[in-house]
Formats: sequence, C-alpha cells, structure tokens
Amino acid sequence: MASDYQTPYKGVLGWLDDRLPVINFADQHLRFYPTPKNLTYAWNFGSLAGIALVIMIVTGIVLAMHYTPHTDYAFASIQKIMRDVNYGWLLRYIHMNGASFFFIVVYIHIFRGLYYGSYKQPREVLWGLGVIILLLMMATAFMGYTLPWGQMSFWGATVITNLFSAVPVFGDEITRWLWGGFAVGNPTLQRFFSLHYLMPFMIVGAVLLHLVALHRYGSNNPTGIEPKGKQDQVPFHPYYTVKDLFGLGVFLIALSLFTFYAPNYLGHADNYIPADPLVTPAHIVPEWYFLPFYAILRAIPDKLGGVVAMFASVLVLFVLPWLDRSRVRSGKYRPIFKQFYWLLVLDVLVLGYVGAMPAGGIWVPIGRVATAYYFAYFLVILPLLGVFERPKPLPNSISDPVLKGGGQPAGAAAKPMEKA
Amino acid sequence: MKKLFAALAMAATMGLASGPAHAAEAAPIPEHTWQFEGVFGTFNRASAQRGLQVYNQVCSSCHGMKYVAFRTLSDLGYSEEQVEAIAAQYTVTDGPNEEGEMYQRPAEPTDNFPSPYDNKQAAKNANNGAYPPDLSAITNARPGGPEYLRALLIGYEDPPADANMAPGQYWNKYMPGHKIAMPQLLVDGAVSYQDGTKATAEQMAHDVTTFLHWASNPHMEERKRMGLKVILFLIVLTGLLYAVQRKIWADVKK
Repeated sequence: MASDYQTPYKGVLGWLDDRLPVINFADQHLRFYPTPKNLTYAWNFGSLAGIALVIMIVTGIVLAMHYTPHTDYAFASIQKIMRDVNYGWLLRYIHMNGASFFFIVVYIHIFRGLYYGSYKQPREVLWGLGVIILLLMMATAFMGYTLPWGQMSFWGATVITNLFSAVPVFGDEITRWLWGGFAVGNPTLQRFFSLHYLMPFMIVGAVLLHLVALHRYGSNNPTGIEPKGKQDQVPFHPYYTVKDLFGLGVFLIALSLFTFYAPNYLGHADNYIPADPLVTPAHIVPEWYFLPFYAILRAIPDKLGGVVAMFASVLVLFVLPWLDRSRVRSGKYRPIFKQFYWLLVLDVLVLGYVGAMPAGGIWVPIGRVATAYYFAYFLVILPLLGVFERPKPLPNSISDPVLKGGGQPAGAAAKPMEKA
Repeated sequence: MKKLFAALAMAATMGLASGPAHAAEAAPIPEHTWQFEGVFGTFNRASAQRGLQVYNQVCSSCHGMKYVAFRTLSDLGYSEEQVEAIAAQYTVTDGPNEEGEMYQRPAEPTDNFPSPYDNKQAAKNANNGAYPPDLSAITNARPGGPEYLRALLIGYEDPPADANMAPGQYWNKYMPGHKIAMPQLLVDGAVSYQDGTKATAEQMAHDVTTFLHWASNPHMEERKRMGLKVILFLIVLTGLLYAVQRKIWADVKK
C-alpha cells in the first residue's frame, strides 16, 4: 500500500525514514505545516494546553511515587511529600496550580473558538473532540482533588457523587456502585486514584485525535476565511514555534508567581484539615474552575433538574456547530453576535462568582438569570442570529483584509467559508 | 507585597477564586506585619525560637504537631545538641521490643512531635467534647492564615450578656461563631522567655504564630529564593524569545 513511499532524505536519515517514516511525518506536521499567517495571540492557547498537560503528567507521575491512596495514610503522605521528599513541595505546588492554569488556558482556548466560529463546518469533529477533552479534564481534576483526603476532598467527593442519586430508579444503586460502599470511603479513594492516573492518558489520546482533525483542514484564523494559497500562509516552523515558545514563557511566569509566592491562594484552607466524615465544613465549595457549573447546578430548584442542567451546560457544546446557523464564521464580521458573545463571557464570570457564594438571598435569582442566559445563548440566540443578523462584508482573503470597491455582500461572502 | 500578589491573583483568575471569606459574623482580622511576608520574606529565627518555647510550655499540653520532625528544628538555627535536648523533653511510644511490649522513651531528633492524646476520642473526652486540632499545618488550614491565628490567640473578650455560653466555652471575637473551647492561655508573663524578651500576650501570639507558620511551611524560604531566580530567568528568556519572534516575523507581510 505505502510501498511507493519515497523518502526525501539521504544518508542515515534517509535509511531510517525509509523504514520508519516518522521523520517525514514530523516534518510535514511540525515544520512545513502551512498555517494561516494572521493568527493572533488568541491562538497560543492550544499549544499551551498541550504543554500544561505534559507538565501535569510529569509532576503527577513523580507525586504518585510518594503518594499513598488509603484513607488512613493519604493526608499523611501528602504532608510527607511537602516536608521530606526532595523538592516534593515544588512538585505538589506545580501540580496544584498547574491544574488551575490548565483550566484557565483551556477556557480561553474554548472562548477563542466560540468567538471566531472555530466549531463551524468543516471543523465540527475537531470541536467535538475538544469537548470530550474538557469532560475528561473535569473528571480528572475532580478525582485528583479528592486524593489529598482533606475536608474539601472528602465533602466535595460526597456532594458530587451524591448527584448521581438523583437518577430516577437506579440512583442509589449507581451511587453505591461509584462509592464501592455505602459512603465515600477507602474503596472510593482507591478507584479515584486509579482513574486519576488513567484519565490523563485518555486525554493524550483525545488530544492526538484533536490534532489529526486539526491538521485535516488547518487552523481557523481571525478572519474565519480559509487560506487561498501560499500568500496567506507561513510554515509552522519557525514562525509559530517561536510564537508558541514566547507564549510559553509568559505562561510559565504566571504559573511561577502562584507556585512560588501564592501556592495555596487558589485552593481552600479546609483541605489542610484531614477528612472527617462527622464534621461538615461551613461551605462546601468546588475548585474555582467548577464554580460556573456549580452555580448552574444550584440554580435549578429540583435536584435531578439541576444535575441535568449542569451536564447539559457542557453537552450543549457538542451540538453547537449545528445550533449556530450563521454562514459567517468569525465574530469579527458579526456585529450583533459580538454583543451577545461578550455578554456570554460576562455571564460565565457572574456564574462563577455566584457559584462561590452561599446559596441564598440575592445570589439565587442572579444565578437563575445567568443560567437562563447561558442556555438561551446557545439554544435561542445563536439559531436566531443566523437568520436575522446582517453580517458585515467579508474581505476577499486573509492577505487582503481591506475591502476593495465596497467588498462583497454578506450573502455572497459566505461562500469563501466553504472549503475550497 | 502580599496585597500585590493578591491583586495579581485576582486579575489572573478573573475574580473567580474569591470565595466567601468565612462565617461573616466574626470580626475583621487586623493586619499584622511579619518578617516572613513578601518576596524576600524569611522566618525571624529569634521569634520562631521563642515561639517554640510557647508551644512547648503552653500549646503542647493539648495540641500535637505529628507531621513535624524534631530534626527539622535545625532550620530555625538550633545546633544538633539543642535539637536533641528539645526532643528529649518529649516522651514517645516505641516498640514493640524483644518481649513484644510497647515502651516509652525520650524522643530523638528523628521522631516527630508527639500528640498529647492517644486518639481523637481521648482528646475530645479531655476537652469538653472539643477536639484540639493538630498544629502541623495550622496556618495553611485556616482562612486568613497567620493573621487569623495571631488574632485568635489574643481575641478573647467577655461574652455579651445575651450570649448563651455552655460550661467550657469562651468568647473570642475572631472565632467564627465566637464560641471557642480553648481558654485564653496567652496572658502576660505566661512563659518567661529564655532570651529575656518581655513575654506580653501580643509578643507570645506573634512568636508562636511565626513558629507555627514555619511548621506549616518549612520550605518557604527555599521556595521564595528559588522563585525569584526562576522568575528572573523566565523574564529574560521570554524577552529574548520575543525579540527572536519579532525578527523572524519581520519578513511576513501583513
């Protein structure tokens, strides 16, 4: 089948590539890979997320060498890591804050995709794989937070696993099955550790598929118009390797500020108290990156309804490519969309804030309105905008963003979006 | 400096991280200045050593510190002999010996600070049903950290007339809910400092908090020193990468 492959290399490299054509593969996908030349810094966050994943896996593997997944020893083994393991404090603080930064990077990556319509045809599968990565990340982070077996670990795990008891008929069976007992306990901790070790590698697999899908049609870009030839593109190396490295530098500075100078700022003090099933903390609050979802959960007065809404808030992203009916891809050329988009960004921040507040008083109605807008954005506003919005004229190409002779009417301009 | 980082943190996390402080009813915690604050912060050795004296003579009768090893006290400027002498003040259970019996012996530097009670139930039983928490990581385990701890230790007041106080409960304006099972122990002159410092309640609260903040974060000084080097290096590297990026992209037409 591939016997007609002719290696382009000579000498030893040619000999090896002839037998194992990964050198050519890497060249095609990392070096010569044609990339739109107009990508902004908003496009840095994909590679950053990949690097964050590697940082998490490397620190996590070393931490696992010193951690004990048992309810009697987990807390003590973390203290041992922090005190006696060489640079254990550094590994753990990088891993703790790295999780937060992984989510920051991924959330920016997702909101970039939402603004520039990166989910639209022909990149629906690329987008869907991204949503799968997000779901895997959330599961991994939740289980990881349980491992130190502090108060917030235990009660967070209790609250979240209890959500499954809302499932009609089988709820209690499912919850007991998840726990491996009649409450969150040692079997729960051990399976969470096992899965917390497994899932990052599932994420790696999903990331590889994400990249395969990405390289099928290439990166989207701020204009949302597909490149029309060499004049619109640059090879990935050195142009985007250096740009990604610069972005990595900025990322590492931010991560270092937290790791070295505010290592516990993003966590909860309660998690330095050993888990005690008999003492409930005053406020059980998830990590900051789950707060918007937590607010949606609590916005619905019905338990099952809340659980459904919380899962739906992520799952709705799967069908987004078919909900957004606009034929114009980039938000840059969609004056009305733009306003709703920024309102969504604000809305998610409000949800995050509400999620951190006690469930009562003014926070209840605010949470409900914000939840309603979140779903309205995807289920009502985007489908309607596709019909009623009049987009601005699109440029002819990436290299020619300035319109000549008034440009094309929006309807006709939608054509360049179709793949060439 | 701490405020600056708090502000940076707020900006970086888009304000999402700022959860509810804690039970709103407690009085606001007063600001306090510590030598361990800031980018160049270090533990004041003299203060931490006085703090250990307060822990030894006051706190340790009810609170353990089971994750802290005596040997690590050398970080606070104690000599090997001094560490051995401090450890020897405590008794630990070891064994079983060759007859299969557990036995008591003076602690050695390789031991951890022992807990005063055999188990949580015994601790509660001896303290009116309240559990005196282990102090190994106490400043990390409370919102407000060292500020809160110091304020709590000297925050005792007479309960208001309408307060319904059970026996063995005390009124503390910084305790969430105000009622605390620990009596006010840091009163002026409660210990007599070996270095001659006047042992006021304020001074002891400051010293023991410094010591316990070290116990909670024994690698803080190393962490801050390393952080400075790492961040300075990254700033230079990132600057160079930016320059390289500008040069490489110079030939690309917009």
